[in-house]
Amino acid sequence: MQTPTLFALLLLLVLIAYGTGFSRAVAAARGRGGMRKLAALPSYYGTHTALWCGLPALLLLAVWLTFDEPIIRALVMNGIADKPDSVSGRELLYAQIQNQAAGSLFGEPSAQVKAAAERLLHLRSGARWLQTALVLILSLGLGAFTLLRFSPQLRVREKVEKVFRVILIGCASAAILTTVGILLSVLFESLRFFHTVPVTEFLFGLQWSPQMALRADQVGSSGAFGAVPLFTGTLMVSAIAMFVAVPVGLMAAIYLAEYASRRVRAVAKPVLEVLAGVPTVVYGFFAALTVAPLVREAAAAVGLQASSESALAAGLVMGVMIIPFISSLSDDVINAVPQSMRDGALGLGSTHSETVRKVVIPAALPGIVGGVLLAVSRAIGETMIVVMAAGLAANLTANPLESVTTVTVQIVTLLVGDQEFDSPKTLAAFALGLMLFLTTLVLNFIALHVVKKYREQYE
Amino acid sequence: MSDLTQAQVRERIARRLASRHRKEKLFRGLGIASIAFGVMAVLLLFSDIISKGSGAFVQTDVQLQVTYDPALLGIDEVNAETLIWANFTAVIREALRARFPEVSGRSEKRELYSLVSSGAPFTLRERLQANPQLLGKTEKVWFAADDDVDTFVKSLDDSAEGFRGRTSEQMAAWVQSLRASGELKKRFNTTFFTNGDSREPEQAGIRAALVGSLLTLMVTLALSFPIGVAAAIYLEEYAPKNRWTDLIEVNINNLAAVPSIVFGLLGLAIFINFFELPRSAPLVGGLVLTLMTLPTIIISSRAALKSVPPSIREAAMGMGASRMQVVLHHVLPLAMPGMLTGAIIGMAQALGETAPLLMIGMVAFIVDVPSGITDPATVLPVQIFLWADSPERAFVERTSAAIMVLLSFLIVMNTSAVLLRKKLERRW
Repeated sequence: MQTPTLFALLLLLVLIAYGTGFSRAVAAARGRGGMRKLAALPSYYGTHTALWCGLPALLLLAVWLTFDEPIIRALVMNGIADKPDSVSGRELLYAQIQNQAAGSLFGEPSAQVKAAAERLLHLRSGARWLQTALVLILSLGLGAFTLLRFSPQLRVREKVEKVFRVILIGCASAAILTTVGILLSVLFESLRFFHTVPVTEFLFGLQWSPQMALRADQVGSSGAFGAVPLFTGTLMVSAIAMFVAVPVGLMAAIYLAEYASRRVRAVAKPVLEVLAGVPTVVYGFFAALTVAPLVREAAAAVGLQASSESALAAGLVMGVMIIPFISSLSDDVINAVPQSMRDGALGLGSTHSETVRKVVIPAALPGIVGGVLLAVSRAIGETMIVVMAAGLAANLTANPLESVTTVTVQIVTLLVGDQEFDSPKTLAAFALGLMLFLTTLVLNFIALHVVKKYREQYE
Repeated sequence: MSDLTQAQVRERIARRLASRHRKEKLFRGLGIASIAFGVMAVLLLFSDIISKGSGAFVQTDVQLQVTYDPALLGIDEVNAETLIWANFTAVIREALRARFPEVSGRSEKRELYSLVSSGAPFTLRERLQANPQLLGKTEKVWFAADDDVDTFVKSLDDSAEGFRGRTSEQMAAWVQSLRASGELKKRFNTTFFTNGDSREPEQAGIRAALVGSLLTLMVTLALSFPIGVAAAIYLEEYAPKNRWTDLIEVNINNLAAVPSIVFGLLGLAIFINFFELPRSAPLVGGLVLTLMTLPTIIISSRAALKSVPPSIREAAMGMGASRMQVVLHHVLPLAMPGMLTGAIIGMAQALGETAPLLMIGMVAFIVDVPSGITDPATVLPVQIFLWADSPERAFVERTSAAIMVLLSFLIVMNTSAVLLRKKLERRW
């Protein structure tokens, strides 16, 4: 039976189990004179039966689906007499066998491949039968067993609630699983990368050209993995973005929190929030097609040479994207500053702006700094704007009118399209991903810590 | 200080007062300027996109008098098989030559043939398929113009010269002649909404990308909403204060700020390379976006649960309800509007996301509309990214038009989230 059909059948069984458990409890209650003779409501008996009928079978199905292909592969490969020694050779052979089994292999396969393909098909159909049988037996067996053990005194509500609680814990732990998944996936591939390219060369090298040689005598094929140009590029674009976003966002937040009338606030705040809701790919398009030509013309007007993809264009647009981020975070912390502090400053005769500059902002500073750090981490990790507007050339330069490249741009260019999985080129993307993840993790950690400390101060 | 008279002090203060008030005004002005900058940015962005993209909703058609000549088509009856082999291109070329009989020479002819879209033969095939009795007859048919012609015709509205681009002087003359004789018309561009991607701008549409986005979002919603709500319930209603709970909280807050591209790396390494799920599929896209939106949904669901007053819980407990009954029967229904709002905002975030989907191969050139969650597909933001890279001028307006569609979806989603919150929110 195909997996979706089996899944549907399992769902049907669960529904039947619920109904049976429910009616069984109702019947028992009627025989004994009313619901209060039962240890739990009938729906709990139904759920209890349904859980035993469905959950273990579902878990079995999930485990089976995860492990059946690797096991079948190992069995098929073990049956082959002369295997190639290299990993890639074995991969190729297995791909051939799979294609032969799917009937889509071009050319005449060797007898060995043919035999293995037949074996593969045989194993697969056997596995499917076994899967169907085991899942159904488990489901029906446990369902029937639960019904047999039915008794009006059985405290099923506690049992159901225990399962419910375990499911809740499982869902809550998904966040931890995700973090572990991210760490493992980038860490493993990065370690493989650092086998071929030393860490020091990656971190301190000044040359980035991730081309690997196809032939030994190819021109310009040395393949340099020095990531410093990427780091400086990322820093430059982020710095330009923060240069736009921090003053504008902060002043907008101060005006909204301290000066604006209720009506202005009701209009201006949502309009600024619109900037946060625009997808980054739209900003990228805007940066590449509208802002970059403007920057080039402006540079030409003052006699400077700007490349068509400049760090300045990408940084400016990224800054606009981050404005609402900074303004809403700062708005929150400024509003959290107690009114009594403002009243005190005003009472001593300071003007409104002096109150803001000398009392409110210093009081809110930790929160603002936290918000700015979060914004920096967002700027570093932003991808689409720089992919579309900052360029690919890994220039080590301090001129914002030249095109630079960033960590995220290189991850995208290295991984989009076809790639083989053990070349240093693709592994380099994971090493860059590791750097990105660690950097943003540290920034977020500090920022969240600062914001939390600040909140405690005024609560 | 002490040797200043009171009058001197007062005079000094008065002198400084003017500059202090100036500073006050300046500060206030800076605030207004910042708000104005933000509002200007919004206006500029939207007007830029709309002015670039509105043209894409119109398509130029060319009318030609075609003869379904069996000799040219190379068929003598109409059936499923002959329709596939029939040479409709020859018929269209003949019609073009008949309209402009003065054209001679190879390169001139090639230019002439490029007046209509390369999809024109398919238009003709559909007509013949619908009316087989047309074989051997003559009729006037509207064909989509080639994208360069289309761009040129649209630019003629703005200036008499127009933007010629790749259209030669010769072609421009032909277009003017067609235009003068009423054999050019503009129509609403339905192709844009009914077709999948294409290398030819006049045949490219967003349908495949829209369906791909829809499928991806369905997977995302089906996974992230139940998991997010369950996690929020556990953390808000059950969790004891211990290390594990603290760890979960720190993780959720951190994941909310991890760059989206890192989730793409996770999807590539785990879902595609380890679990060997199909590349470019909405299933994998949905899984990645689920992980990405989970923190958003958990955080907003927790806020919704927090806003339910404890008195409700205490009352239910007092009536003898178990903890699960308290949550499922009383707290959850009251918190639902807030949770739904959070889910809609999370979905809007997922709909606009591009970078992680690039990692898992949803950038493939997809013409067919995907029919299931394991078919290769692309999504609207990725389609925008792909078109933005195309050199044809006609793709610029299609990119902007696709952005307009994407933005209108986002506006609808966010507005409905706000309205839902306003309508259903209860102040305790």
